[in-house]
Amino acid sequence: MTSLPPDMPSSATGLPHYKLRLFITGSTPRSTRAIENLRKICEENLDGRYELEVIDVYDRPETTRELQIVATPTLVKVLPEPLRRIIGDLSDELKVLAGLDLAPRQSQQG
Amino acid sequence: MTDPVSAQDQGTSKVPSLQKTPTGIGGLDALTFGGLPEGRPTLMCGAAGCGKTLFGVTFLVKGIEEYGEPGVFMSFEERQEELATNVASLGFDLDGLVERKKLVVDYVRLERGEIEQAGDYDLEGLFVRLGHAIDTIGAKRVVLDTVEALFAGLEDSATLRSELRRLFAFLKTKGVTAIVTAERGEGQLTRYGIEEYVSDCVILLDNRVIDQVTTRRLRVVKYRGSSHGTNEYPFLIDEQGITVLPITSAGLAHEVSSEVISSGVAGLDTMLGRHGYYRGSSVLVSGSAGTGKSTLAASFVDAACARGERSLFFAFEESPAQVTRNMASVGIDLQRHREAGLLKFEAARPSLYGFEMHLARMHRDIDTFNPSVIVVDPISAFRGPSVEVNATLLRLADICKSRGITALFTSLLSSGDSMNDSERNVSSLMDIWISLADVEANGERNRVLSLLKARGMNHSKQLREYRLTDQGIDMVPVYVGPDGVLTGTARVAQEAREREVEQTRQDAVAGRRRVLERRRLAVERQIAELQAELESEEAEVTRMGEQDDVQATNRDADRSVMSTLRGDM
Repeated sequence: MTSLPPDMPSSATGLPHYKLRLFITGSTPRSTRAIENLRKICEENLDGRYELEVIDVYDRPETTRELQIVATPTLVKVLPEPLRRIIGDLSDELKVLAGLDLAPRQSQQG
Repeated sequence: MTDPVSAQDQGTSKVPSLQKTPTGIGGLDALTFGGLPEGRPTLMCGAAGCGKTLFGVTFLVKGIEEYGEPGVFMSFEERQEELATNVASLGFDLDGLVERKKLVVDYVRLERGEIEQAGDYDLEGLFVRLGHAIDTIGAKRVVLDTVEALFAGLEDSATLRSELRRLFAFLKTKGVTAIVTAERGEGQLTRYGIEEYVSDCVILLDNRVIDQVTTRRLRVVKYRGSSHGTNEYPFLIDEQGITVLPITSAGLAHEVSSEVISSGVAGLDTMLGRHGYYRGSSVLVSGSAGTGKSTLAASFVDAACARGERSLFFAFEESPAQVTRNMASVGIDLQRHREAGLLKFEAARPSLYGFEMHLARMHRDIDTFNPSVIVVDPISAFRGPSVEVNATLLRLADICKSRGITALFTSLLSSGDSMNDSERNVSSLMDIWISLADVEANGERNRVLSLLKARGMNHSKQLREYRLTDQGIDMVPVYVGPDGVLTGTARVAQEAREREVEQTRQDAVAGRRRVLERRRLAVERQIAELQAELESEEAEVTRMGEQDDVQATNRDADRSVMSTLRGDM
């Protein structure tokens, strides 16, 4: 299990704090790709206001049931609500941002 | 247990004969000769509402309860609470089994709106999840219901297909016997064609509606490495769970009994010539409405229960309470037999199921209750093609015969005395045929019983009138007059007429007797008179004789006096 240091919510900006879980299967290329893609997206879009937990389902199989994991890799957006699952290696950045409700902001930036 | 995957890899020559896992579902194990292929997935497909989920749950629950094999139910459609509620009526306590760590129910929620696909994925998460569930309780049985929900919940069907193929291989390596359910598709067995991944055993469930009557049927489409029944078999889902009925015609090899059991009506026993029916025979009681067919059946059941035998009464027109009440009104107390557990009613509307289904139900009820007599009241309630009705009854009669059960069937004749084809066909299956008829004459109806046939019995050929009294059926002594058999008031009138004639004759005799008596008296009187006359004459004569004597004496005396006087000496 890899855990990135959670930053404290920056209430000053008024932007929501993100709580994310990424479920992967060991060190398969797909898992590795997913972690890399997610880190990049988070740093670019959620700087300092996210908490990411990477869970290897081989190590913690019981978590699959708790969080309704079927496909891997799966990124679960626990907070802010609503809960959402993004499956795949997260190579499609636009879809990931849409799933994290970050797409409109990005389009504003664009 | 053999590892089926490695066994397959080694080639067929060394493979031991296929191991089977009994499902615990009555009938299914019989027609698959032992159950599902052990350690392999079985595909169970059918349209919505066919009972796929229930098959799965039953497979697991029976596995736990009867074979000590824990199970995993992975549900893609229903939550554990819903599932538990749905099967609670069958007496399955899913929550209890889960608590005892014998069962894992995992509800896999796939909400398309909640899932965004962003790149390649696999179903390793599902494998881990399933594998974990299997390992936690040491499961031997797995049900995936309905795995095709993945297609609805996830995009990229190409990935899904290859992952499904991997899933079935995964199940095999886990060595679990699995049931994978799938929806029936157009032109193929399943909607997404997953039958191509499951090649060992495929079972098709069907729910057909013919003439607004639903019949559930099951067919083993494929069973690699094993023989299996190939027909469509009806199955039942009711409060007792699932019952599949591998019905085969028993043939005519059953043993016969020469033991005779009472029909419950003394007069009828006498008519049969052997004081009742042969045990194990099939009795048909036909008659028009209100002729007392049910009463005759109830008498039979009453007699059987009184002997301590178990009786099963299939009522297709009346509720058990109604039958019991009606029979009480003719003095047949069925309630005490019900309370004693000797009599069991199975009531259902004939239109509730198809023939097969009824037969299936009856077959199962006979199996569970193990009666020595049964009553089907009435068989005419089954409407439909006569071939089908006939086949159904033939099988029922065979089931009864093969178990030595005496069966009494009642049949409502459609109109008058005429028989239609199906009735004639049915009658040929029966050993004894009792006809109850309403004879209409002189403005009234009377009930007449006759024996149309009784195989192996020298039965009475007479028509007999009977009455439904408050002590049951009463056979009235037969009246055969110069004009044939008379019944009802005709019989009474005839009897009255005869009494009258007799009376008249008796009166005439008495009259003659009185006249004779008078004459005798007259003659006697005459005789007395004559006698008296004679006597008086005799007296006269006597008196005259006496006078003569006196005179003679006197004359003698005179003469001696005179001779003395003359001096004749």
